[in-house]
Formats: sequence, C-alpha cells, structure tokens
Amino acid sequence: MSELQKRQIQLEVLRYNPETDTAPRYQTYSVPCLEEWVVLDALNYIKDHLDPTLSYRWSCHMAVCGSCGMMVNGEPKLACKAFIHEYKEGQIKVEPIANFPIERDLVTSVEDFITKLASVKPYLIPKEDKPVSAGEFKQTPAELKKFKQYTLCINCMLCYAACPQYALVPEFLGPAAISMAHRYNQDSRDGGRDQRQEVIASDEGVWECSFVGACSEVCPKHVDPAGALQQVKVASTIDWYKEHLMPWMKK
Amino acid sequence: MNSKPYVREVSKTTWFLSHPRYKRYMAREVTCIFIFAYTFLLIVALARLSQGEEAFNAFVQALRSPLGVLFNVAALIAAVYHSMSWFDVTPQAMPIQMGEEFVAGNIIVNAHYGAWAVVSLIILFWGM
Amino acid sequence: MEIIKTDVAIIGAGGAGLRAAIALAEADPKLRIALISKVYPMRSHTCAAEGGAAGVIKSDDSLDLHFNDTVGGGDWLSDQDAVEYFINEAPKELTQLEHWGCPWSREPDGSVAVRPFGGMKIKRTWFAADKSGFHILHTLFQTSLKYPSIQRFDEYYATDLLVDDGRCQGLTALEIRSGEMKQFQAGAVIIAAGGGGKMFPFTTNGNIKTGDGMALAYRAGTPLKDMEFVQYHPTGLPNNGILLTEGCRGEGGILLNKDGRRYLQDYGMGPETPVGQPVLKTMELGPRDRLSQAFWGEQQKGNTVKTPWGDCVLLDMRHLGEKKIDERLPLVRDLCISYLGKDPVKEPIPIRPVVHYMMGGIHTDIQAATRLPGLFAAGECACVSINGANRLGSNSLTELLVFGRRAALSAIAHLQSHQVPSSDAALAAKAKASQNRIQALFDKSNGTESIAGLRQEMMDTMEANVGIYRTGEGLAAACEKIAELRQRYANIALTDKTHVYNTDLMQALELGSMLDCAEAVTVGARDRKESRGAHQRLDFTARDDENLLKHSLAHYHPTEPPRIEYLDVVITKSKPGVRDYSGAKK
Ligand SMILES: Cc1cc2nc3c(=O)[nH]c(=O)nc-3n(C[C@H](O)[C@H](O)[C@H](O)COP(=O)(O)OP(=O)(O)OC[C@H]3O[C@@H](n4cnc5c(N)ncnc54)[C@H](O)[C@@H]3O)c2cc1C
Ligand code: SF4
Repeated sequence: MSELQKRQIQLEVLRYNPETDTAPRYQTYSVPCLEEWVVLDALNYIKDHLDPTLSYRWSCHMAVCGSCGMMVNGEPKLACKAFIHEYKEGQIKVEPIANFPIERDLVTSVEDFITKLASVKPYLIPKEDKPVSAGEFKQTPAELKKFKQYTLCINCMLCYAACPQYALVPEFLGPAAISMAHRYNQDSRDGGRDQRQEVIASDEGVWECSFVGACSEVCPKHVDPAGALQQVKVASTIDWYKEHLMPWMKK
Repeated sequence: MNSKPYVREVSKTTWFLSHPRYKRYMAREVTCIFIFAYTFLLIVALARLSQGEEAFNAFVQALRSPLGVLFNVAALIAAVYHSMSWFDVTPQAMPIQMGEEFVAGNIIVNAHYGAWAVVSLIILFWGM
Repeated sequence: MEIIKTDVAIIGAGGAGLRAAIALAEADPKLRIALISKVYPMRSHTCAAEGGAAGVIKSDDSLDLHFNDTVGGGDWLSDQDAVEYFINEAPKELTQLEHWGCPWSREPDGSVAVRPFGGMKIKRTWFAADKSGFHILHTLFQTSLKYPSIQRFDEYYATDLLVDDGRCQGLTALEIRSGEMKQFQAGAVIIAAGGGGKMFPFTTNGNIKTGDGMALAYRAGTPLKDMEFVQYHPTGLPNNGILLTEGCRGEGGILLNKDGRRYLQDYGMGPETPVGQPVLKTMELGPRDRLSQAFWGEQQKGNTVKTPWGDCVLLDMRHLGEKKIDERLPLVRDLCISYLGKDPVKEPIPIRPVVHYMMGGIHTDIQAATRLPGLFAAGECACVSINGANRLGSNSLTELLVFGRRAALSAIAHLQSHQVPSSDAALAAKAKASQNRIQALFDKSNGTESIAGLRQEMMDTMEANVGIYRTGEGLAAACEKIAELRQRYANIALTDKTHVYNTDLMQALELGSMLDCAEAVTVGARDRKESRGAHQRLDFTARDDENLLKHSLAHYHPTEPPRIEYLDVVITKSKPGVRDYSGAKK
C-alpha cells in the first residue's frame, strides 16, 4: 500500500474572544495535513501544536454526537466529516455555524435550538397505557420504516445554519425541531399529535417554512427535514379543511 | 458574566446572493410572478370577453404584438421551470409507502410529468 | 460563589445519568434533580454505541443462560449476585425504553428483533440497526424533557466532590460558558461520567472520555476497582480507531489474515464455521479478549496485512450482500466508505484491535453505592462488577439502564436520613479550596510543561506497555513513567487565561483525571500476576484462582502511587471453570 499523502493547508479560522475582542477576526494557520484527514483533525493539530487557545466543540469523531457543526468554506458541515481531500485549493475557511450567536471562536450558543426542540414534546405520548410487565408494543417493520428516517437526527443544527428563514425570522421553530415532532406523530405507538400540533402548526411553526430545501441538502444524516415540514403542512391543511368545511369529519 | 455572544447580522435584502442554492430558490419563487401575471391576463381576457366581441378581438390583437408574444414565451418558460422545480420535490412532500418500502422518488416525479403530458395533450386536441 | 441547592446531583448525562434522572423524577416529582454534564446530553458518548443491548426476551432463552455467558465471559471475576440482579432487570429496562419510543429493529410480526453477539450463546441483543446507543441516548434525553424537576446544567465541568462529616454532600463545577465556579449542595451525588479510554492514543472513545468521574471519586477517597482490565475491541478502523460493531460478525462477517485464512480456528475457537452462517459463541462470535489476543498472535507470526496504518487483519462482509448490509449495518458501511474509502459490499476492510471499554471503575456494591456514604455511581465509570475481567458486547448499554435506575433508588433511600447538610460553612470552605486549585492554574506564570506534550507521553506509555499482552518489565516501566508524569503535571502551563469556553483549561483538568486513572490501571496491572480476561501477561500466562480470584481496589494518594487492596469475588452458583469457545462440542 502506498504511503499516506501529506499537504500543507492554510486554515483561516474565525477567532472571537469576548474578553479581549469586540468583533470576530480571522487567524490563519498553516497545517501539515494528511489527505485522509478531516477538518477536525486539522483543528486538533492546531490546538495541540500551534495554538492552545483555539476553542471548538467535538467528541465522537464519527459523525454521530453532533458537536462539531461549523461553516467550512461557507457550507454547514460536520468538521469530522469535512474531508481535506475535497478541498483542492489548499485554503480552507472555518467559521462557527451560521445563524447562532458566537460565544467564542468556533463555539456558538445553542440554547435557542434546545429550547425549541423541547417545546415540541419530542417524546412518545402513548396511544394506550400499557405497563412494562405487559411487554413491548408491537410495531411492524413497515410501521417502523414510516418514521425511522426522522429518528436519525443528531441535533447538529446544520439545517438551522442553512435555513434562510431561520436567519431572517429567529422565532421560527426550524427544521430539526419540527422533524422531531413529525417523527413522533408518525410513530404507530404515539397518540400525541394533537398536543404537538398547537406548537408546530403555528405561524412560527411550519408555516414559516417556504420550502427552500437547504436544510435537507446539508443534513449529514439524510433526515430530510424539508420533507417532514411539507408533510406536516399537508396534514395540517387537511386538518383545517376537516374542521372548517367538513366539521362532521372531526370526531 | 464574561459571556458576550456576538450576533452576525444577516442582510434582509441580499441574503440570497450568498449561496447558489438560495439563488435557485429565489428563481423558483420569482417565476411565480409570471404565473401570477398570466393568471391576471386570463382574468383580463374574461373581462374583455364579457364586454363583447370587439373588445375581445382587440385584446387578442394586442396579444399578437411582439411584446405580447414575448410575454407569453417568457411566461411559458417561467411556468415550466416553476412546475418542474415543484415536481422535483413532490416525493419529499408526499411520500408513498407501499408495504415496507417507500415508492422511489423518481417514480413519483415521473408520474407527475406523465400526468402533465396527458393533460397537455388532451387540452391541445380538445382545443383544436 | 453561587450555591445551587438540590436533592440529588448527577454528574454525567449519558445513558446512565439520564436513566438515573428519569428514575428520580418518576419516583418523586418533588425531588430537585440537578443533571450536570460537561457536554449537552446528546453529545455523550453513549451515542457512539452501535451494536445493541442484551436482555433475555425470546422463548428459547433463559436468565440462566445469560448469567452463564456473562460470568464465563468475564473469566469469573464478576460478582455473581450483581450479575443475577442485572440479568433479571435487563428485559424490564429494555422494554421500558421501548415504551419510551426507542426505535428497536423488529421482526415481521412486530415483536422486537434480537441479533447474535460475541460470547453469547443465544441471540439476545436488542438493536436499532447499528445505531443502538444513539437511539437509546436520544430516547432517554427526549424522555427526560417530560420532567420539569430535572434541571439540567449543560456544559458544566465537575471539578471536585464536597465531602464533609464522612459523607458526600455535593460538588463544585465550572460553568464552561462563563468560567465561573458553582457549588452544588446535594443530599446525594450520583457519578455517571463514563469511561476513560482517551488515556490511550488508539481508541473508539470520544474526546470526552477522560475518566473524570473515576478521578473525582478516587480523589475523594473512595477506591477504584479492577482498573487493570481494559477491553480491546477486535475490529476498529486502522486509521482513526472508529469502531465497526460486533454486529458485523453477528450478521456473518468473517476475519481473515493476509493469506485469506480464518485464523481464529488456530486460537482455540475453531473449527471453521460455514461462511455467512455464524455459530454462536465460537469463531468470529468468540469474546473480545480472545479475538484481540488472536490478532496479536497473527502479528507475531507475520500473518497480518501491512497497511500505511500498521498491521491489520481483514473483516470480510461481502457475502452478506448489499441489501442486508444496508438494512442491518448502514452506519458501518457509511463509516468504511467515508473514513477509509473502502466499501464493505465490495471489498474486505482492514481492521485492528482498538481500546474500547474499561471494565474497572468506581467500586460500588450491588446497590450502586460507593464506600463513601452519599456517593453513588453507575455506567462505565462504575464497577459493580458485572463485567469481571472482560465485558461481553451489549452488556454495557443494558448496565447503564439497570444500574442508572438502581443508583437513583439508592440515592432516594439515602436522602431519607441525610437531607440536611452537615455544615454550610465547612462545605463552602471546601468549595473555596476547589476554586483556589483552579485559580492557581491561572495565577501560575512559571509553568513549563505543555498539556498536549504530557498527554502524548502518557498515551505512548499506555500503548507501549499496557496493551493486549503485558509484561512485568513493561508495566514497571509504565508505572514509573506515569508517576513521573503526575509529578510533572504539577508544573503545567496554561496558555489561555481567559474564562469563556476555555478549552485549554478543560484539557488541563482532563489530563489530570487521565493521569490519576492511568496510574490506577498500570499499578493494578503490574500487581496482578496472572492472566485473566482482558489482562494478559506474558510472564504469568495462567489464571491464578487460588490467589487472585479477587478484585483489586486502588486507593488514591496525592503524590504516591495508589495502595492496592484485594477483595473477594462474590461467587454464588458458578464455580470458576474453563472458558471454552471452540465449536467442537456444539
Ligand atoms: C464506539 C463504541 C461502541 C459501543 N458499542 C456498544 C454496544 O453496542 N453495546 C454495549 O452494550 N456497549 C457498547 N459500548 C459501550 C457503551 O456504549 C458505553 O460503556 C456507555 O455508553 C457509557 O455510558 P455512560 O452513561 O456511562 O457514559 P457516557 O455516555 O460516556 O456519558 C458520560 C457523561 O458524563 C459527562 N461527564 C464526564 N466528565 C464530566 C465532568 N468532569 N463534569 C461533568 N460531566 C462530565 C459527560 O458529559 C457525559 O454526559 C460502546 C462504546 C463505544 C465507545
Ligand atoms: S435534521 Fe439533519 S441537519 Fe438538522 S439537526 Fe438533524 S441531523 Fe442535523
């Protein structure tokens, strides 16, 4: 097998320290990268060898913990899945994930997302009560598949960084939170849709979405939040018709 | 508290220039203006029709002007682009699950194109 | 310093911490629960677990069989009363998760599906494709949002336990966002802070797994148990240690050496089983310690494949076919393609053993109680011990649930008689001392040791001397080196002296935790003069039940190496026997 290829890469990294800076600035580091590295490896190199003051979040290095969302050359990416070999120019710009306030360097404040996620009641509200001793709820592979894709969200918030609606209207619940509500709504064991509807079918909910579709393009887990949101719109529209035009349809 | 989060402002007017995917989105949205305009044109046509044969003929005549033809061609292109951009996303908005599997996206998209072709043909032949 | 008063403080919001929090909230909605974690809960490393969680559910299985597999798999170092409790509770906990919405993979009839796993005689591993830990973690996190009494302190780094009047009554933690120290005053504390695999350079463990929880308890005077037992997982990606789950072999993947031979048959796990029809508890479904040791054997014989990342063997899954791989192992395929550029559907994947899990941890009894009253521990940071000298794959995720809940119930019982703090002043003084310790790092201007440099030396030492096979000589050298590093640690230099998200400081503190844990590992290993489970010595190759059917307990000393005490293993119904993973008898 051939030796591993190395290449000197210029990493232009956004720096901001609230205690010493009034506004963000950029700092360039020259990093000897292996071609097989990801941007996160390059950041770790900087942290260990060039500049211990650089701050960023990371943990799993396998694209499942969702910590290391960043803007890499302007595109929302997981730093652990942004491969050096995909950046031929030898120059990579790394910035904190867009649309979230910068706390420091590449670290942003994510409280807004966490609050929104919690607001959609993202947990199973069982259709029927059943004690644990009575065993599991049955669910066929087809019923599982119906919502499985929406369970894959790692809460990385790349979709929020890509969403221009969220950028312009910060009150928007946003792609991942609504997708998670949809995930539970679609679960054959769940009976909580009515409770979630109040939040997600509101103006700041799904109706703020104009189907730009950027969220689904950048989602590293192929959750397709844009799809979920359109399905919620369709279902909510049907609800409206049932309620206003065919009241007899409502139970 | 030392924390002092920095908020990056987003331009309310030029944000869509920052990425090709936003421009694509804007193109889809902008094309709906033509569809709106064309719908308006149809209403005008109806109004003229109600005013009598002469008014209607004048209206048709106006449509035959280079400007009228240009508008029709532009509206057609815009409508086609607009429809296609929506067809392409229908599998996301209306997935169909048969048994365990979801129907492949391109089948749903192609079904839309098929229906479009059929309707167009019917209108064409019916009109002739 | 701000004082946050709570009934129970939980350090760690991974699988174990979240399960404990929910159990507390369910038991008594009036309890004040502080859930403290250095990362947002869903970033906890439980999210990385792929394969699944074991629990008896199918009619062909029995509690006894799970018991036997676990005790034998652990080379009889497990406490059998604890294993029995664990096995009994396991199915209830996994069903409870199902009721909370966990998307377990299913059989066509809608019942939960189970898959084969290494060292298990019957299929009993519940799984959610190959993202089981991820789904468990998110299910628990999302379920926890139902309970308003669970107050989260996300991105708070616990620095010290507060002990007064002989009991644990809280902790200090840094709010990472502001750099401010907070004092948590609690009737009981549960540590659920995960493992410490990051003391090794090549590991499946995430950045956060730095043994903080173990070090917190250890420094507070309660011992660490069986730290010398470090599990290598046989199948890691060679360039970065990313795990390829045991499910790969459970579904029928095979291991080959450079000549295409299924070499496991040469290590007492033969005869060869038909390709694509795995037989439980033999060949590729042998236990992890044996498989990792077999790799070492192949390496000695020169039978490994040379790659730019070192010696490897091959994991071949091609015969499973694209459909099955995509359905059962989608993450594995994605990881192989993304990080190694190889598609398991089309070619065998080079792999090598990788540090994965710590069997050892904070010594607890079967109630999840430590020797320090008021302090409880659960999850990977604890050692009950059900895993003995070698954990069976898929027992850990279940352990988080069973003992996370257990720790919560024990904490409630403790609260009955210990709600009132012994002395506010004494606790505040201790909190202040903790704050001063951190402040000293800021004030010091003459530090010379680099944090990254010391960390690298520690990792190199651990890799060179505390690997799959160990020698007395190597371990003695490692003990000496780690002791030296601990001394030099007193002289570290903090480069970043600001407060907001100071990750330089975090790394310094984490390094301190890792060094303390590493010393417990090396000294424990040096003093255990036998080979058992994951602890294999070239100079003491046999298991010594006469003298060492015992847990080791490491007691902390601030400047000296730990004192090691031994404790009898609890044996109830299974006498130590031979671990036979040959398929001949089957
Ligand atoms: C890649 C991989 C795959 C695995 N696959 C399986 C499997 O298939 N089946 C199985 O049974 N087991 C598996 N395991 C093992 C199992 O996943 C872990 O043992 C288990 O998830 C640990 O959970 P935990 O709750 O103890 O800790 P973690 O999930 O690691 O959580 C630790 C928590 O403690 C917090 N914390 C740590 N230090 C501090 C501090 N100083 N202050 C505040 N908070 C702190 C962290 O923020 C985090 O919230 C796997 C492990 C790995 C690494
Ligand atoms: S939907 Fe996709 S992009 Fe959005 S948070 Fe979830 S995983 Fe990330």
